[in-house]
Amino acid sequence: MTLTMRILSTLSIVLIASQANAAEMKLAVTTSFNNSGLSDILLPEIKKDLGLDVQMLVVGTGQALKLGRAGDVDAILVHSKKAEEEFISQGYGTHRREIMYNDFVIIGPSSDPAKILGSNTVISAFEKIATKQHLFVSRGDDSGTHRKELSLWKAANQDLEKLDASWYRAAGAGMGATLNTASGINAYIMSDRASWLKFGNKGDLKLLFSGDPALFNQYAYLPVNPQKHSHVKIKLAEKLEAWLISEKTQKLIGKYTINGEVLFTPNAKTKVN
Amino acid sequence: MNDIVEGMLSAFRLIFSLDRDLFEIILLSLQVTLTAVIIASIIGMPMGAWLAVNRFKFRRFTIAILNALMGLPPVVVGLIVYIMLSRSGPFGVLNLLFTPTAMVIAQVIIITPLIASISHQAIRDLWADYHDLLISLNTTKRQRILTLIKDARRSLLTGSLAGFGRAIGEVGAIMIVGGNIDHLTRVLTTAIALETGKGEFAFALALGFILIALAIIVNLAIHTISKTERASNW
Repeated sequence: MTLTMRILSTLSIVLIASQANAAEMKLAVTTSFNNSGLSDILLPEIKKDLGLDVQMLVVGTGQALKLGRAGDVDAILVHSKKAEEEFISQGYGTHRREIMYNDFVIIGPSSDPAKILGSNTVISAFEKIATKQHLFVSRGDDSGTHRKELSLWKAANQDLEKLDASWYRAAGAGMGATLNTASGINAYIMSDRASWLKFGNKGDLKLLFSGDPALFNQYAYLPVNPQKHSHVKIKLAEKLEAWLISEKTQKLIGKYTINGEVLFTPNAKTKVN
Repeated sequence: MNDIVEGMLSAFRLIFSLDRDLFEIILLSLQVTLTAVIIASIIGMPMGAWLAVNRFKFRRFTIAILNALMGLPPVVVGLIVYIMLSRSGPFGVLNLLFTPTAMVIAQVIIITPLIASISHQAIRDLWADYHDLLISLNTTKRQRILTLIKDARRSLLTGSLAGFGRAIGEVGAIMIVGGNIDHLTRVLTTAIALETGKGEFAFALALGFILIALAIIVNLAIHTISKTERASNW
């Protein structure tokens, strides 16, 4: 026992020591942000401008908030306003800073059996899918995207408790895995635009509806409150925040495209809420 | 089907392009798993031998529990280790969450019962043969255990290799406690899960083939080093 303890502790010392080189912080981000590829552009810039290593944990909004509550990350970048405001009001975050938004799109079989192509609003598109009871795959994982989708079903007068598994399939998985499911069974699905554009297994699926402002998806940055967790690196978290809302970064975000499509609209305000 | 062929081709391309990120991931996979196997062997082998040699009240019960623990669900182990190492958990001050060390800890917990159980079975059989001899030589318990471990080394190696097999392909636990952080805790299995999530099946499969090749190479290397499975050494 003592020997193994010694090995374990030596090991951890070696491993910890090897990490302590540069300034570093942990940031929980959502899958959609990471899938977009924007992080691959931003991280090297952060390293260059601030000398800061940002270690990203890619999880759903629900889990990101959980990590923030436990003090296991220094800041979070998520998109679920209601849950974020609760996080702030409970004192787990210092404040909520809006950074940018992207949008959700409705994907479905290219033959469009529920005829949602050309719908005026996303609500009417959802109503058509529900009436037709055509297969629809939901994230079902309490993520920001999932919560958004549920709010749309509610707006389309669907009883959330009665969404029937014969056509409404809750995958309980991340965006990519859920897109894989939809592709496999040729179902409708709501995805963020970035994940969809970058997705490599589209099969017979096609983008059928987008552009309704109800589908806009606001990202916000929330530093974890050092009063709750004294070890969090609030200085670095604030440094990163200042960088994210700087004019240069905001321009960088707005210029990012996939296949010529702009993905994010920067909208950082100097005022926090 | 095309994905499988494409996966094999891109596996070769990846290896021969000597991609630095890829080697970083492979090295970390090996580092984490081998460390876990060594620690689990140090704990599990004597534990198995001790169980074979000793007679005590709850022996049968203990062995049944140990065998059952071979099927520990990795996700549950991951979750428990996460809660323990979380900043809000009892060992939060160690700051080990989302490090390779946390991944080693989770894997040790997953494979120790496996190694201990296989060791126990191997040594129990050997103990039946050695029992009279070791008793008549008036050996201490410690000496008996060490002799049995030494002479059962081939079977014990099988136990360690089984542990290696379970650990190198494991994804549920290390995803939770490691976090799949690029350049820090990303290993082959978590990278495969990530690429599958992106729908990049060919790339995910390529990583999968590399993982399988790696497991074969490690097994062959250990057999070569320990000179087992040779005609003169059956």
